[in-house]
Amino acid sequence: MVGTIILVVVTLAVVGGVLGFSLRLVGMAESSVRRAGTMAGVGALVLLALGLYLGLVWAPAERLMGDVYRIMYIHFPSWVGTGAGYLTAFLASIFYLKTRDPGYDYVALAGAEIGLLFNVTGLITGALWGRPTWGVYWTWDPRLTTTAIMAITFAGYLVLRAFMEDPEGRARASSLVAIVGFVNVPIVYFSVRWWRTLHQVQSSPETVDAPIVWALRTMMVAFVLLFVFLLAQRFLLARIRGEEELELMKLEVAGD
Amino acid sequence: MSDLGRALALVRKDMITERRSKAAFNAMAFFAAMVLFIFSFALGPDAPGLTASGQGTLLQYLWPGLLWVAIFFTGILALNRSFQVEMESGGMEALRLYPGDKKAIYAGKLIANLLTLVAMELILIPVSAILYNIDLWNKLPALMGVIGMGTLGFAAVGTFYAALTANLRARDVMLPVLVFPILVPVVVAAVKATTLVIRGDPMGEMWTWLRIMGLIDLVLLTVCTLTFEFAIEE
Repeated sequence: MVGTIILVVVTLAVVGGVLGFSLRLVGMAESSVRRAGTMAGVGALVLLALGLYLGLVWAPAERLMGDVYRIMYIHFPSWVGTGAGYLTAFLASIFYLKTRDPGYDYVALAGAEIGLLFNVTGLITGALWGRPTWGVYWTWDPRLTTTAIMAITFAGYLVLRAFMEDPEGRARASSLVAIVGFVNVPIVYFSVRWWRTLHQVQSSPETVDAPIVWALRTMMVAFVLLFVFLLAQRFLLARIRGEEELELMKLEVAGD
Repeated sequence: MSDLGRALALVRKDMITERRSKAAFNAMAFFAAMVLFIFSFALGPDAPGLTASGQGTLLQYLWPGLLWVAIFFTGILALNRSFQVEMESGGMEALRLYPGDKKAIYAGKLIANLLTLVAMELILIPVSAILYNIDLWNKLPALMGVIGMGTLGFAAVGTFYAALTANLRARDVMLPVLVFPILVPVVVAAVKATTLVIRGDPMGEMWTWLRIMGLIDLVLLTVCTLTFEFAIEE
């Protein structure tokens, strides 16, 4: 019981910390973004090495699935990255519409793109895991369907951005797409769940061997740090490009 | 003029332009007819249905799903055009300058799109029933209710995204890409409810699905109404 409470508190603190960091990127100087990114990147590298050792060597094979289950150490943390990415995009989009600060647009773009990266990783590792355990790569289960629709929604978000040249219009339109797309996720989930329902329910830590739990937790933290690292890099790139675009527009206006 | 009056004025304007140009309607009518023929060619007109007794054809068996595919694909054409008149004549500016709440513009465009879609369905449903040989007469009232609810969800999302993509060069591609993922819940609920109407409802699930569809419509309408003012900003 105490263990569960600690776990919930730690999880909430991590989620809050990551989101807080994502949104605070807007006001940060380039050097501090870089420093935070590097720190997260080094941490991610160390924990990834440790987690992979724990997961692939130290933790025992699963009773029914054998070694196949070890893909879980990538599959499961990927969804953490997906959630963090899309939630970042959603919140930053709301902040953008409120403040009209292009910084939030860059954060939203970074969140959506990295969320999509983890989303696709999760879908691919899930398909590879499904084949030996379920006998099929894909089934129309609510979670699979919802995550696939999520990927299409945010791929649409990125395509829309690619088609729009005016920075302000692009930021406004894509914010709306991110907001409506994010709100839609739970509706898709429940409608598909009522429509049909194979995915196993989550195992609780009590039913899983301790080494497996610890290896998985290490990988989750490693992926959170990896997310922070990627987000910081992508945000910087977006900001540099965005400022260049604004500079160019000013020059054009001045030239007229 | 109240907001309702403004919305209705917009509907009236859209209906008049549509009556005179018939642009959306012509595009939809031919497209819908072609879709119905393609289904028949693709699935085979005489393939047996998937019922235990093997009665009926595959087309009859799949009709609820095929109907909604036809409605969504055809409807996208009309939605794509719904802000075109404004875009071409610089009327977007006029719409933005329209006094009062921007929600009135959304309501007006939504009603206009709903009327266009319903007009298309009034042709599509009987023609598909004739072509695929389906007896609809005694199921008509329930069917109309279900189709109406599904169309409302479709039009709500479609109108919103049509406004968002109106000034894009690639809007013909972008509108379906953005709208269809959002429509997944509507598709699931609408096809399920239509199937229950056509094939009977032995388990009494109809009411549940109607409530789910109503809830989906409500959420989509609320989100789109609240954020619409951002969608038509310049």
